[in-house]
Amino acid sequence: MELVFAAAIGVLAGSGIYLLLRPRTFQVIMGLALLGYAVNLFIFGMGRLRSGAAPVLDPALGADPALYADPVPQALVLTAIVIGFATTALFLVVLLASRGLTGTDHVDGREPERE
Amino acid sequence: MTGWQQHLPVLPILLPLVAGALLLFFSEPHHRRRGVIALAFTLAQLATAIVLLGMADGRLAAPWPDGIGVYALGNWAAPFGIVLVVDRLSAIMLTLTATLGLATLTYSLARWERGGSHYLPLFQFLLMGLNGAFLTGDLFNLFVFFEVMLAASYGLVLHGSGAARVKAGLHYIAVNLVASLLFLIAAALIYGVTGTLNMAELAQSASALDAGDRVLFEIAAVLLGIVFLIKAGAWPLNFWLPAAYGAAPPPVAGVFAILTKVGVYAVLRFATLLEDAGAPAPFGGAWLFYCGLATIAAGTLGVLAAQRLDRLAGHLVLVSSGTLLAAFGYTGTALTGPALYYLVSSVLGSGAFFLVVEMAERNRNPAADVLAISFEAFGLQDRHDSDHPGELTGVAIPAAMAFLGLTFVSCALLLTGLPPLSGFVGKFTLLAAAVGTPLTAPAPQLWLFVATLLLSGLAGVIALSRMGMRIFWDTRRPAPHLQWIEAAPVAALVLICVALAIWAGPAMLYFDATAQSLHQAGEYTHAVLPAPAGALP
Repeated sequence: MELVFAAAIGVLAGSGIYLLLRPRTFQVIMGLALLGYAVNLFIFGMGRLRSGAAPVLDPALGADPALYADPVPQALVLTAIVIGFATTALFLVVLLASRGLTGTDHVDGREPERE
Repeated sequence: MTGWQQHLPVLPILLPLVAGALLLFFSEPHHRRRGVIALAFTLAQLATAIVLLGMADGRLAAPWPDGIGVYALGNWAAPFGIVLVVDRLSAIMLTLTATLGLATLTYSLARWERGGSHYLPLFQFLLMGLNGAFLTGDLFNLFVFFEVMLAASYGLVLHGSGAARVKAGLHYIAVNLVASLLFLIAAALIYGVTGTLNMAELAQSASALDAGDRVLFEIAAVLLGIVFLIKAGAWPLNFWLPAAYGAAPPPVAGVFAILTKVGVYAVLRFATLLEDAGAPAPFGGAWLFYCGLATIAAGTLGVLAAQRLDRLAGHLVLVSSGTLLAAFGYTGTALTGPALYYLVSSVLGSGAFFLVVEMAERNRNPAADVLAISFEAFGLQDRHDSDHPGELTGVAIPAAMAFLGLTFVSCALLLTGLPPLSGFVGKFTLLAAAVGTPLTAPAPQLWLFVATLLLSGLAGVIALSRMGMRIFWDTRRPAPHLQWIEAAPVAALVLICVALAIWAGPAMLYFDATAQSLHQAGEYTHAVLPAPAGALP
């Protein structure tokens, strides 16, 4: 599980960074979204990977922390998802405004000159 | 622990939150009512911040015993709940935010508020994010308040729309979103290694890490440092800054003068907290010092090369950020107090400068600036100069022009560090402290610091006097029309700087006390975590 998890984060982050460095605004926003997924998975992984363990106390199980998953990273990742969602939406609007005002989807607002 | 006073630390966050939410209910036609609400709430913030300033120093009776106020949100004890911490540094930054916020808000009520929708709520949310970032004692909470501040700033940068703003805003948003992602990675990594997000507990447990975890911790600290340095505008992470600040509406750019200082504040906070644990790379030592010097150099070149005043102002912000980073990175701790004085004076100065620039540029043809610089660079004469020699003599100075000239000169003196205003006191005390530091520091460090600081001041004088001559000695330019509501906040900011220069002694005592308590990180951790860390289960 660890290997698949790490590979998923790596692939997402790698393709995210590649897209982030592309010159078109839509590629940039896709890159940011992929990078955001990678980061969210990473935060989740920082609570250590384990299956079959709930993050909420269960009266039947008792209070032994070893029986539970760490709830803090799950709370953090929830916050990060919400914030990432909002900023992506905002960036999308700016992207459309830029396209409308400049007539191009290049990040600099104008097409590069070709020889 | 009785009475309303113990709830004061949460007010700087609650007041703008309530104000922002309230302002959303008033639709566009109610300008006057909206303005009154925004002003009233910002004034209340300023009052709260000043009371906290007094309490942190023990001048006013404080509900907490040892100068550092800890407010547990929801009354959960420190390592488990989220705390707000008020010490002298936080109180200074809160007061600075409220002062600058009040001035720029008043200014923007004259015209800029009507340039688009929801300016006032966004402005309040920006203040909320700033105040929260200065108050919080929790790493993840710091991230959340950064996001609140940034989300509001995205809206404000784009206020008024237009192609230039959207283009600069796009870059600004992209850079800051990436920075936020880095912040998340750093926070998660720190939690994964130390098992805590509380900044005080972090400082304690960082020294007890074993070698493997320590490496991961250092990596997280590097990422965190990169995020803070992006915010602070440190070279080479600052190329977005002058464009974004230049394109933003001027009152927004004015309040953005403190946005870079959030990064500086965070660097200082973590550097002092982690001092005992052996500060990781970005938060201490020569590394930060040279980064600061490079920032000053880049900013200085930008100041000399800038063809428009708003760009020039952006580069001056970079110079002040660089000066602060270099001062914090300098060997020894003697520079922290003077650096804080410099921070306050330069934030007020550059905030006022952005406003002056807008007033002065109101009646101009943008192309004329570029021409003026090119004429000078190529030694050409502006041929209109000799056309009407008779008109050059005996021009009456309108009051607005005189006011603008006076404030422009004051801002120039403040930002370049010439006497007699507080900019000079700040730079002089910085240099004096650097020279006075016993030479455990390698001598080149001292001379580099002194030379860079003086040269950047000289470059600023050259650039500003060149721009000033073009603007104020140009007889063909009609005098701009100013309203009282626009002139008053600028005058107030300059007067505060004058007051800072006059009462430099008491102010410096306060800043030195701040520096002293900062460099005893134990004070902070003991206030937040009364029980020693070992006693925790």
